[in-house]
Amino acid sequence: MENLIARYRNVSILAVMLFVQVLGLAIQVKRGGSGESTRLIRSWTVNAVTPLEKIIVWGQGGLGNLWNNYVYLRGVRQENRDLKFKIEQLQLQQVRLTDDAQQARRLQALLSFKEQYIAKTVAAQVIGSSGSEQSRSIYVDKGTANGVEKDMAVITAEGVVGKVLRAFGSTSQVLLINDQSSGVGAILDKSRLQGVVKGTSTGDVILENVMTDESVAAGERVVTSGGDQIFPKGLTVGTVMKVSPGADLFLNIRLTPSANLSRLEEVLVITKKEDRAPAVAEIGSRVRAVDILTQRLPSVPDKPVVEPVGGTAAGGSVAGLKPGNTVSVAPAAGTAAAAKPGVGNPRGNSETRATVKPVTVERPASAAKKVSEPMVKPGASAPAPPPPGKAKPAAEDQPH
Amino acid sequence: MPITYTSQEQVEVYRFSPPVTVGVPLLALFLQAFLPSRGHFFAFFDLPLLVVIFFAVARRSPVAGLLTGSVIGLLQDSLTHQPIGIYGIAKTVVGYGASSLGAKLDVDNVGARFLVTLFFYLVHQVVYVTVARGLVKLTVQLSWGHELGAALLNAATAAVLFTLLDRFKQRA
Repeated sequence: MENLIARYRNVSILAVMLFVQVLGLAIQVKRGGSGESTRLIRSWTVNAVTPLEKIIVWGQGGLGNLWNNYVYLRGVRQENRDLKFKIEQLQLQQVRLTDDAQQARRLQALLSFKEQYIAKTVAAQVIGSSGSEQSRSIYVDKGTANGVEKDMAVITAEGVVGKVLRAFGSTSQVLLINDQSSGVGAILDKSRLQGVVKGTSTGDVILENVMTDESVAAGERVVTSGGDQIFPKGLTVGTVMKVSPGADLFLNIRLTPSANLSRLEEVLVITKKEDRAPAVAEIGSRVRAVDILTQRLPSVPDKPVVEPVGGTAAGGSVAGLKPGNTVSVAPAAGTAAAAKPGVGNPRGNSETRATVKPVTVERPASAAKKVSEPMVKPGASAPAPPPPGKAKPAAEDQPH
Repeated sequence: MPITYTSQEQVEVYRFSPPVTVGVPLLALFLQAFLPSRGHFFAFFDLPLLVVIFFAVARRSPVAGLLTGSVIGLLQDSLTHQPIGIYGIAKTVVGYGASSLGAKLDVDNVGARFLVTLFFYLVHQVVYVTVARGLVKLTVQLSWGHELGAALLNAATAAVLFTLLDRFKQRA
């Protein structure tokens, strides 16, 4: 017997080692993919490897700065001239976009839209990767000590990078969007079709869950939809590279990620998001909701009309309108369409922008009464109009 | 071909100082994690695997080989986001196989090292994919063209790397 054990000692040890590891794998798979059961060994390895990576990245950055900022300054004058020219162009563009943004905020405030704002970000440097082609993740030099937590979104100026998978003391592991276990709620920018952006085993990025009867063009931008509760809405994910019919009635849409995932150096971790509705007060100008609605919605008559009892303002009803106050509009059929550029107003967005301004013309009392009615939800019956003489005077709604 | 069958007495057995035993695998792990973040090309290399093969062949002890393989593999697993043990199992098998081969054959020359690394790289990938698909249900694609290219690249690297690591060898 002893001879037998001695003879097969090596094979027995191999079998035991393999069995223990298979058992460990089975336990991890059964417990799910959170990785909490193996946190200790992961933490040890990361703490053993990342300090050296941080030192090298820090040294590399220092030397790079020294070279770029003090030694290699060839062509900087020309570049400076080009950049100044570009700034002038961008300033012109900014004026137009600010105007658009203000208009959008006003309309969102009217419709009580809640938006997710990126309230706080932490800049982090990429110090390493998983080192495996099957696990597409990176390590950044910010961790729980810097406010980074699990499931926070990671982005660059170009677009979405991934989400925080594990946060250690001073480092974090970020799962890239091209990993096969990742998923980002996304929407096609033009066609507004929703889907899920996922990675493949080969490191490509695809958009899933778009039906084959939909039309998707190559080159179309894909942005986050905000539905995953991780990435705020509207961040660029990538552009459609190739569309082909896939299995199970879904299109096979291949994307080119906006962020260069194979060469990341600095990223931003979104550490705080805020849900808030833009208020009219913060816009700056005291434009009243009724004025905007009057201008925007073609179905709102400019002249006094005799409304039947129980009728509501077209596109929604406005409650408690007072100059300078925040207003709330219950969306009714057609409101969203009217708020869309080029839908409510056939002239399109650019022309509409010029027409949105405080109205100074005197409005008849009947029109003021109409917009002063309490909020009525779609489908609900409107309350009875106030008795004669109790209606808010028309002058109250006029700008002073 | 320089691979020659040798008796147990003729094969040299080596050992390594503790700093080398700990430092070289850690350095390989560090480079494996750091270099691919600077260029995707470096993801083709598997430096921890090369270190496992080198130590296993030099020590010529199957138990030492499989233990070295399992420790380095588990550490490599812990840098990924996947369950720990996939690389561990693959490198345990490679460590055992390489040391068993090293005990029987003289594989201390460049040609033999190239072929041994080429062979064990492919063994490693087959075991990895089998475990990943069979036990963890990961979608891993095995492209033979890609794997063969990576195997050749790693084998060429091993021929150079092993010559450098030979300096740390001590006769047992």
